[in-house]
Amino acid sequence: MQIPVEGFMYPNEVELQWSVLIVLYPYITGLVAGAFILASLERVFRVEAVKPTYRLALLTALSFLLVAPMPLQLHLGHPERSFEMYLTPHRSSAMAMFGFVYLWYLMAVLLLEIWLDYRRDIVLKAQTSQGFTRLLYRLLSLGSNNISERSLRIDERLGYFITLIGIPSAFLLHGYVGFIFGSVKANPWWSSPLMPIVFIFSAMVSGIAAVMLLYMLTTHLRTRTIDMRCVDTIARYLLYTFVIDFSLEMLDLLQRIYEADESFRSLDFMVHTRLWTSQVIIQILLGTVTPIVLLGLTQVLTLTDTARKRIYAIAGSLTVVGIFAMRWNVVIGGQLFSKSFLGYTTYKMGFATREGLLTAIVLMILPFGILWVLVKLLPPWPDAGSLPASGTTPAHGTT
Amino acid sequence: MDLSRRRLLMLLPAAAVAWKYVEAGTPESSPNYKLTDHWWAMLIDIPKCIGCGSCVRACANENDVPEGYFRTWVERYHVSDWKIERPEVESPNGGKQGFPPNEESGGKNFFVPKLCNHCSDSPCTQVCPVGATFSTPDGVVLVDKTYCLGCRYCVQACPYGCRFINPKTNTAEKCTLCYHRITKGLTTACCEVCPTGARQLADLKNPNDPIHEFLRTHTVQVLKPHMATGAKVFYNGMDGSVR
Repeated sequence: MQIPVEGFMYPNEVELQWSVLIVLYPYITGLVAGAFILASLERVFRVEAVKPTYRLALLTALSFLLVAPMPLQLHLGHPERSFEMYLTPHRSSAMAMFGFVYLWYLMAVLLLEIWLDYRRDIVLKAQTSQGFTRLLYRLLSLGSNNISERSLRIDERLGYFITLIGIPSAFLLHGYVGFIFGSVKANPWWSSPLMPIVFIFSAMVSGIAAVMLLYMLTTHLRTRTIDMRCVDTIARYLLYTFVIDFSLEMLDLLQRIYEADESFRSLDFMVHTRLWTSQVIIQILLGTVTPIVLLGLTQVLTLTDTARKRIYAIAGSLTVVGIFAMRWNVVIGGQLFSKSFLGYTTYKMGFATREGLLTAIVLMILPFGILWVLVKLLPPWPDAGSLPASGTTPAHGTT
Repeated sequence: MDLSRRRLLMLLPAAAVAWKYVEAGTPESSPNYKLTDHWWAMLIDIPKCIGCGSCVRACANENDVPEGYFRTWVERYHVSDWKIERPEVESPNGGKQGFPPNEESGGKNFFVPKLCNHCSDSPCTQVCPVGATFSTPDGVVLVDKTYCLGCRYCVQACPYGCRFINPKTNTAEKCTLCYHRITKGLTTACCEVCPTGARQLADLKNPNDPIHEFLRTHTVQVLKPHMATGAKVFYNGMDGSVR
C-alpha cells in the first residue's frame, strides 16, 4: 500500500507505528480515571448531590478498565511476550510500569472499593436468591458474610480510606499515560512537562461527561426522573474542570507559538492542514469551546429543567467526542510529521484489520457490554431492588 | 552421567569463564574478541560520499533487510544560498539505487549517509519496557528479537528515524554495526563496499585507530547534538542544514 508523503520523511518514518488502538488506550484510561474522580466527589469531598451517580461511576470505571489493556495487546507485535513486563521490567522505561500501575489500580483500588461498597448487597442477595444466582453472589461475597452494623462501619471507613488512596492513584494512572508521551524528547509534539497534567484534567473532563451522560440515559431508559440537583452539580464540576483543562492546553499552545522553536514551522503547517478538521474544528471548536459556552450558559441563565437536560446531553456528547479527538491528535498527530521537520506522512486506517476501525469500534462497545452485565449483577441505582435500607440491616447477619 | 570430583574441578574454571560472558549480556562469539577492549563508532566523511548507494545495497544483502525498510540510507541535500533552515532533501528508496541526475542549479549539493548512531545514552534503550534493546559493553546498541514485544516505543523514541518494525519478525530492527562481523575482526558491510572510503568503522578504545588522528585534525559533528544522546557516528564536513 503506497502511503502519500509530502516533502521529506526519513525512509523508516513513512509508516505510522501507533494506530487508532493506541488512541483508544489513553481515551479509555482517561474515562476510568475521570469516572473514579467523580465517584470520589461524593465519598471523600461529601458532595452529596452527586450520590445517585456514585455506584454507576465506579462500575463505569471498572468496565472501561477491564478493556484498557486490550488495545495494547492487539497492537503488540508479540502479545504472547507481554507478561515479560511483569517478570523483567526495564526500570528506566516509562512503559514498563504500565502493568504495575494497572494492577494496582484494578486490584487495590477499584475492585476493593466496589466490593466493600456492595458487600452488604451481595450478602443479602446471596441470602434471598436461589440456585445459580445464590452461588454467584456467595462467590462474590468471598466468604465475608458478616453484615452487622459494626462490620458495615468498618467497610465504610475502609472504603473511605481506599477512595483517599484512589484519588492519587487515578491521577497516577492517567498522568502516567501522559508521561509515556510527554517524555519522548525526540518528538516535539509530545515532549512537554505539561502533558501528564493536561492528560489528567482531560481525563476528568471525559470521565465526568461520560458518567453524566450514562446517568441521564439509564435514568431515561428506566423511566425514572432525572435528579436535576445531581446533574446540575455534575455539569458545574464538568465546567470547572473543562476550564482548567482548556486553559492548560491553551498555555501549552501559547508557549509553543511564542517560543517558535525549530519544530514550530513544521507543526504549525501540520495543524493548518492535516489536523485542521480533527484538532481545530472537532477538538477545539466543537469539542471544547462549544460545551464550555453551553455549560457556562446554564450557570448564568435561568433555564427550565428540560432545556438544561438537553444542554447537558449536547455538551456531554460533544465533550466525549472532543476528548477523543484530543487523544487522536496527540497520538496520530505526533506521527504525521517527520523528525527532520521537512515532511509529512498520512495515516491510512484499515477497516477489518487487526488494528483497523472495526476493531476500534468493537473495543469501544465492549465496555458498555461489560457495564450492562455489571449493572444487572450489582444494580447501582439508589432505588434498586427490594433490599432493606441500610438502617434496617440485621444486627447479627452472620450466616 | 556420573560426575567425579576430579571432573567437577576440571569443569569449574570453564564454568567461571562462561559465567563472565553471561554476565556481560552476550556470549562471546569470537575466541579472541574481548568486549571490554573496544568502543565502536563510525566516521562519515561527507565530502567523500558520492551517493552511489553501494552501502545501502550491501547492508540489505548482508542483513536481509526487508524491502522498503532501511538499516542505513543515503540522503541528498540541496541548499540554496542562505536558506540553511529549509534544505531540499530526498532519499528515493533510501538511495539504494543511487540518485537521478541533479536538476537543481545554484546552491550546494551533498550526500549524507545515515545509520543508527549507537548512542551511549540512547533513548531507545531507555524506553524499552523489557530491556530487549540494550547496549553492549563494546558500545553497540542491539535488539534481542527473541525478547522484543514489538510495542514500537523505541521506534518513537529514536530522534534519527533509524528503527523500524521488521514485518517478518514483528520486532524492532536497526543497524547492528554488523556486530557479527566486527567481533570477528572484519569491518561492517557498508564500510567494506564504500568505493571512496566515506564510511570508516572506528574503535575509540584502540589507541592505534586512525580515528584519533582524524578527530584531532578535523571539525566533526554528530547529528542533532541538542538531543544529548551521546551519538557515536561522527560526521566530517557536515553542513548546518543537515538534520
